[in-house]
Amino acid sequence: MQFRFAGALIAGAVLSLSATAAFSQSGSPTIDAIVKRGQLVCGVAGNTAGLSLPDSQGVMRGLDADHCRTVAAAILGDATKVKFAPVTTQARFTALQAGEVDMLYRSTTWTLGREGLLGTEFASITFYDGTGFLVKKAGGVKSAKEMDGATICVQPGSTTELAIADYYRVNNMKFSPILIQDLSELQGAFESGRCDAYSTDASALAGYRFAKGDKANDYILLPEIISKEPLGGMVRKGDDKFFDIVRWTYFAGLIAEEHGINSKNIDSFTTSTDPEVRRFMGLEGDMGKALGVDNKFAYNIVKQVGNFGEIWDRNITSMGVPRGINNLWNKGGLHYAPPMR
Amino acid sequence: MSDASVDPRYAPIAPPKKAVKLSWSDPIFRGLVWQVVIIGSVIGIVWYLASNTSTNLANRHIATGFAFLGRVAGIPIGEHPIAYEPSVNTFGWALWVGVLNTLQVSVIGIILATVLGTLIGIARLSRNWLLAKLAMTYVEVIRDIPLLLHLFFWYGIVQTLPVPRAALNPLPGLFLSNRGIRFAELVWEPAHTGAFLAYLVGLLLTVFVSQRATKVQEATGARPAVWPAALGSLLVLPIAVWTMMGAPFAWETPTLRGFNFQGGGTLSPEFGALLIGLVIYTAGYIAEIVRSGIQAVPNGQVEAAGALGLRPGLVLRKIVLPQALRVIIPPMTSQFLNLTKNSSLAVAIGFQDFVSIANTTLNQTGQAIEVIALIMLVYLSISLSISLFMNWYNKRIALVER
Repeated sequence: MQFRFAGALIAGAVLSLSATAAFSQSGSPTIDAIVKRGQLVCGVAGNTAGLSLPDSQGVMRGLDADHCRTVAAAILGDATKVKFAPVTTQARFTALQAGEVDMLYRSTTWTLGREGLLGTEFASITFYDGTGFLVKKAGGVKSAKEMDGATICVQPGSTTELAIADYYRVNNMKFSPILIQDLSELQGAFESGRCDAYSTDASALAGYRFAKGDKANDYILLPEIISKEPLGGMVRKGDDKFFDIVRWTYFAGLIAEEHGINSKNIDSFTTSTDPEVRRFMGLEGDMGKALGVDNKFAYNIVKQVGNFGEIWDRNITSMGVPRGINNLWNKGGLHYAPPMR
Repeated sequence: MSDASVDPRYAPIAPPKKAVKLSWSDPIFRGLVWQVVIIGSVIGIVWYLASNTSTNLANRHIATGFAFLGRVAGIPIGEHPIAYEPSVNTFGWALWVGVLNTLQVSVIGIILATVLGTLIGIARLSRNWLLAKLAMTYVEVIRDIPLLLHLFFWYGIVQTLPVPRAALNPLPGLFLSNRGIRFAELVWEPAHTGAFLAYLVGLLLTVFVSQRATKVQEATGARPAVWPAALGSLLVLPIAVWTMMGAPFAWETPTLRGFNFQGGGTLSPEFGALLIGLVIYTAGYIAEIVRSGIQAVPNGQVEAAGALGLRPGLVLRKIVLPQALRVIIPPMTSQFLNLTKNSSLAVAIGFQDFVSIANTTLNQTGQAIEVIALIMLVYLSISLSISLFMNWYNKRIALVER
């Protein structure tokens, strides 16, 4: 009798659980979780100046951090509702796969293997980066071609270590790698002279050099960029709705910049007659509804965080890195958004 | 003795045979039920975990299986005892390099830690006050510091050495820099291999002569001199072989070229720091094991040996240590296992042991479960091998009661 009662209870619980799953509002488990939590959990590096690094008040600053905020602004309408979860290079994919984080903006390079084998996919490219080398000026090295026999400090588990191995192979040179997982230990090894060069994405090297302040000129970023490292937002496979929102959040930043809409002047566009601007502002076309978010999602992104160029200038230009191929398509760059219609 | 002469009072009494009853009050039946329940639940849990994992992996579109072992690795490895080329060799080969690196540091570490630990353990019992107190301080201080700090400390020390261009040169052919220790190396020729083989033959010969001498001593009481045979086979024989093959002798000294020294032998800072850290840390524990083992030998044994006229050195070698070993070996096995497993902290200071390479493999391929399973398998194999060997040795030296 008792057993039968317990069985009925379990069956009921299972049924009710499956019922909730079937009638979720958005059709996306990730969005449901974010809305229920009232917070986006965004995996970041948390240790790289310019990409994600807490400032003196403990607020996460950087390109990756701001792009996390744009997603929160799109889904929740509030850019501050982000919980930044620092994840290491080695733990990041597991954290995403296991659902510890909703998505990654963690200077992660888009590669075929990562989409084909990890059960993850890339929704955006926010930084067209490449592997570079940082050396000490005192060493007198001017080009990566002079680095035969050099010892190079690299973080293990990155695309950088693969890129360097390829580069040295192609150029028929030899190098000895020093691979240390902890970033500060690795940088310490470079500082002490254990390595001749410190290699990672050029953006991170620029940030590292910039963080040296007065001593920045003791370091040289070598001119060679030896690989393509498109960095972007990574989400779990199988949740297309969430994927769409992350991608169109990035596009919204580009469209805003294209139309000259920024966080300061956006309210003056409410009277615009340009149909694309009106769709962007959520005044017509139900663009947000099509994605399953508020029609004013693009407005919220730009108003609260800024357009793509603003985010770039705030975090990257201030470190002295030229925008180059990271400009809009009509200004000689690679960033191009499909029409919002 | 025949069976007939057994006193019936002492004959073993066979327990009455009972049929197993299907009742809870029957201990045999009860035992069976419990065994079935426990084995069943273990199998059930394992099955549940495995099926749950594979379902979830499939749901998340994550590739599974060990196919990645055959893919080209591409990951650079700093120190490899066997040939390794990132763009040619596979992940499987890279992991094998890692296993060899782990074995290398573990085996050398175990040997050095045993020697150092034994010396310190004996020193702690020394009648020399200063020596005993120094050994005590060593043990107390070293054991209280976490191993990771040891490693960071030694790695930090090595990094404060000058750059290669300003390398310290304390002895001709020896260079100390923050790129490691470089030393002159003998240019290896066939003659050296010949001499080495001759040495091995000499060693066998010496052992044989020494065993014969022991037999003669047991029979007659007088031990024939072994040293002439030993000298001849261990020194004269190899030198003769070496001279006959042309007596080549050349050193390859390290020279500074480009960024670093080229040529000669090398001990990298990462390997050095890891080895020193592991040896010094584990030696603290081994010293205590050795001390407790020695103190476990009753004092009467030492006194009796003294009364027989044995000198203190002989007493230690012939009376105390053989008995102490029986106490020492089991806890020593644990320390050897600890050292091997602790070597995985190499990740922190950039020595690419098995765990380090496996972690990188995990991250490049994303095959978390497979790689973790491999890590467990490798450590299990190494640990079980050490245990088996030590248990065999333990049995060999165990007290044979006659």
